This record gives sequence, structure tokens and C-alpha cells, in this order.
Amino acid sequence: MASEAIIVIENLRKSFGNLHVLQGVDLTVNQNENVVVLGRSGTGKSVLIKILVGLLKPDSGYVSVLGQEVEKLKGRELDQFRQKVGFSFQNSALYDSMSIRENLEFPLVRNVRNLSRAEIDRAVEEALDDVGLSQTINQMPSELSGGQRKRIGIARTLILKPEVMLYDEPTAGLDPITCIDINNLINEVKERYKATSIIITHDLTCAKTTGDRVAMLLDGKFERVGTFDEVFADSDERVQQFYNYNFVN
Amino acid sequence: MLPDTKASPAPPPEKPAEPGRLTRLFLSLADVAAFVGRFFREALLPPYEFGEIVRQCYEVGYRSLLLISTTGFITGIVFTNQSRPSLSEFGATSWLPSLIAIAIVRALGPLVTALIAAGKVGSSIGAELGSMNVTEQIDAMEVSGTDPFKFLVVSRVLATSFTIPILTFYTIFVALIGAFINISANEQTSFPSFMQEVFGAVTFLDIFASLFKSVFFGFTIGIVGCYKGFHSSKGTEGVGKAANAAVVTSMFLIFIEELIALQIIGALRGS
Repeated sequence: MASEAIIVIENLRKSFGNLHVLQGVDLTVNQNENVVVLGRSGTGKSVLIKILVGLLKPDSGYVSVLGQEVEKLKGRELDQFRQKVGFSFQNSALYDSMSIRENLEFPLVRNVRNLSRAEIDRAVEEALDDVGLSQTINQMPSELSGGQRKRIGIARTLILKPEVMLYDEPTAGLDPITCIDINNLINEVKERYKATSIIITHDLTCAKTTGDRVAMLLDGKFERVGTFDEVFADSDERVQQFYNYNFVN
Repeated sequence: MLPDTKASPAPPPEKPAEPGRLTRLFLSLADVAAFVGRFFREALLPPYEFGEIVRQCYEVGYRSLLLISTTGFITGIVFTNQSRPSLSEFGATSWLPSLIAIAIVRALGPLVTALIAAGKVGSSIGAELGSMNVTEQIDAMEVSGTDPFKFLVVSRVLATSFTIPILTFYTIFVALIGAFINISANEQTSFPSFMQEVFGAVTFLDIFASLFKSVFFGFTIGIVGCYKGFHSSKGTEGVGKAANAAVVTSMFLIFIEELIALQIIGALRGS
């Protein structure tokens, strides 16, 4: 039986002035599938997932997530849609002025009404357990390492039990061991929450470990989409250059 | 003869001309107007962020209290001390309480409070929102189903608009205490008779005008800090620039508003 398409992108275009970033992007992501989007810096990978969650408006094209056309969502509808989509930011984007507990509580108390204190505490502890950082609950974000901040950022999105996860450079700037932890966490999220994910990265180890499929963004389009081995079996110079830079150099 | 069907190559897209300085000025003014308009729209429409407004009032008010107290107190002492020689030349030192009261209530209290708040609160709002913008915290708030404009901007602007007037009257009180201490150290006077002189000199219009001005000053400090922070350029340099621009712009606007208020109040007094 064919899996249900959760994310559908058709002929998506986005420019910033004279810079044409996305030039007709097509992609379908099925339920409980991890798709890794690869590409060089500045090729529009982050722009793509910001469009998926309504942070940026596309110039043209069709984007549907969980059966809803994102561009048409406004106000309360958009807020409700965003509760089902977790977004893990490149720099974690933890609220500096709040403790870890308050960071995790924030999306919960603002989106789910009438929760008791005990229910909120339980949800926070559960989300922290999922990322293995229960001991940091009363710390401030500035007291954590880069890897811990990334995991807390993921925990903050998990607290609303999202159906779709969008990861923006989850392993950027981390040491190889922490990268492995993050990759394992992404796979655990897929298994435990049955989430459908798009992972933006230029780290091929992350792509190989977490991706069911890999989509390579070249010249504003997904020119290569397939399993990791299929994509990198291609003799295209741009693809090979990417592979060699990660694994040979 | 058949028409030439061979398509000629499309001309390269023309690069749009860079807008001139005047155009850029009008574009940025339109942007500011849209930001202010959005503030009023979002402030009036539910849901209301009461908890965050109270928290910001605490941040703006309580945390500025020590600085405001010190500045107000010193202003009262210094102004009294500097005014005494001129009045004593005419043997009019008994007018000191009235003179000080008028100067402090009408101008010094609101201005000193607003300038101190512009430095302390305005820069803090600019830097905080600028930093949140740079580190994608504002985007994170938006994707977690919270309107960042309502949560961050509306709450801060309302907090400064409510709190600066309260701080202004507190500054006036502290400055008058400073003035009384200086006067009582040099002239024979009691606190009740000092206050009697003060209230005899100050009119309802003076108090109302100070209140009205300080609401505007508070609004200016909040909206400028938020605008600069929200529109800060990416990078740590952008945060510093946002904080600096918040202070400079709001101080400049406070003086402009003071000048306008002076004309309006003068017209109301019929002078």
C-alpha cells in the first residue's frame, strides 16, 4: 500500500531581489519518512523549510503540509497548523531570558489551555527525558553546550508531539560524537513519534544515518532525489564534489 | 512572405534602479507608520498578553527605580543650588520652592525620567529584541504558535507607556525632596510650608501636561526600541547598532515632543 503524502511541494519558486534561490522545486515526503535536503550554503535549503512552516511566503508554486495549503493559512488556523509542525532551528533559538523549564513550557502553555501544573511538569520532564537532559531543567540556555542546546531545541518542539519535524542544520558546529547523538535522536523521534521529517544539512554522515531519501538541491531545483547510495552513484561533477569534500578531504 | 518565427533571445533582465536617498527616507517612514499602525491594531484585538505586560512593567519600573531615584534627587539638589544665587540677588529666595516646583513638574521631571529611561529601557529593549531577531528566537516564537509582535512589541510598548508616567511622578517627588533638603539646609523652612508653596505654584494643567507628555515619552521609548530591535540587521554588530539607534532616536524624538508639547501647553495657557 502506498504511503500517504504528508508534504507536497510543486514548482516552488522564491527569489530575494535578483537572487533566484528556489527555481521550481518539486518534492513529496511520505508519512513517517525522513528526507534529507542536501546542498551548498546559500542554495535555499533553510528558505525551503521556512516556507513549509509559513515563516516565508513563496513567489509561486504549491506547498501542502498535512493536507493544508500553507500559504492560505492565517491567524488561528496557522497557529493550529504550526502546533503539528516542529521546527528545530540551526542555532537552537532557545529563549535566553527563560530557564530550560520555561523554554519547554512556553509552547505548551500558550497552545494547550486548561493544563494543570502537574500535567505541564510531566510533559516537560518527558520531553527532557526523550533527549536525555533531565538534569538541565533549572539551568539557563547560556549554561549549556552547543550539543545540549540543540537537543533542548528539539525537546521544545517535541513537547507538542508534532506530526512533522523540520530540522535546520541539526549537526552544524558540533563535534563528531555529539553529531552521532543528534543523528540517533532524529531517528528516535521518527520511531517514537511516527513523525515525518525534513532534515536540512550539508553533513553527509547525518544524511546517510538519518535519511530514508536524500534530495540534492542544485541550481535551485531538486535534481537528484533517491536513497543516499542512488544519489551519490551519480557521476555529476557537482554531486561528486559534494561527496568528496565530505568524505575524501 | 512568412513572418520570421525564429525567437530572438530574451534580453537580460534589467537590474532595478537603486532607490534615491529621498525615496529611501519615505520608504522607511512608511515602514515606521506601518509598525505603529500594527501596534494599535494588535493592542486592541484579543488575546491580550496581561501576564507579559505586568512582567514588563516590573522590568521597566522596578529595575529603573534606583537610577531614577538617584538622578531625580541630584536634579532637585543641583537645580535648587544653581537657582539660589540669581534669586538672592533680588532678595527673592523665598520664591525658591515655587520656582523649583514649576521647573520640576513642568519640564525637569518628565524630561529627566524620559532621558534616563531612553538610555536604560530603550537600549535594553533594542538589544534584547535585536538579539532575539539575530538568533531566530522571534521566528521560534512564531512557529510555536505565538504572535511575536503581540507578545514582544505590544507588551513592551504598553509597559513603557504605563510605567514612564508613574516613574515621572516618582521622579518629581524625589526631586522635590532633594530640593527641600537643600532649601532647609540654607533657609529656615519646614516640610509642610515647603509643600504648601509647591502646590500653590503648580496648576492642574501643569500636572495634566506632565502626565500627557510622559505617556508620549513612554510610548516613544517603547516603540522606537521595539522597532529598532525588530528590524536589526543580522549579526552581533546589528544588535549593538539596534541598541544604540534606539537610544539616540528616542532621545531625539523626546526633545522634539517636548518642544511640541511646550507650544500646545503655551497655547492652552493663553501665553
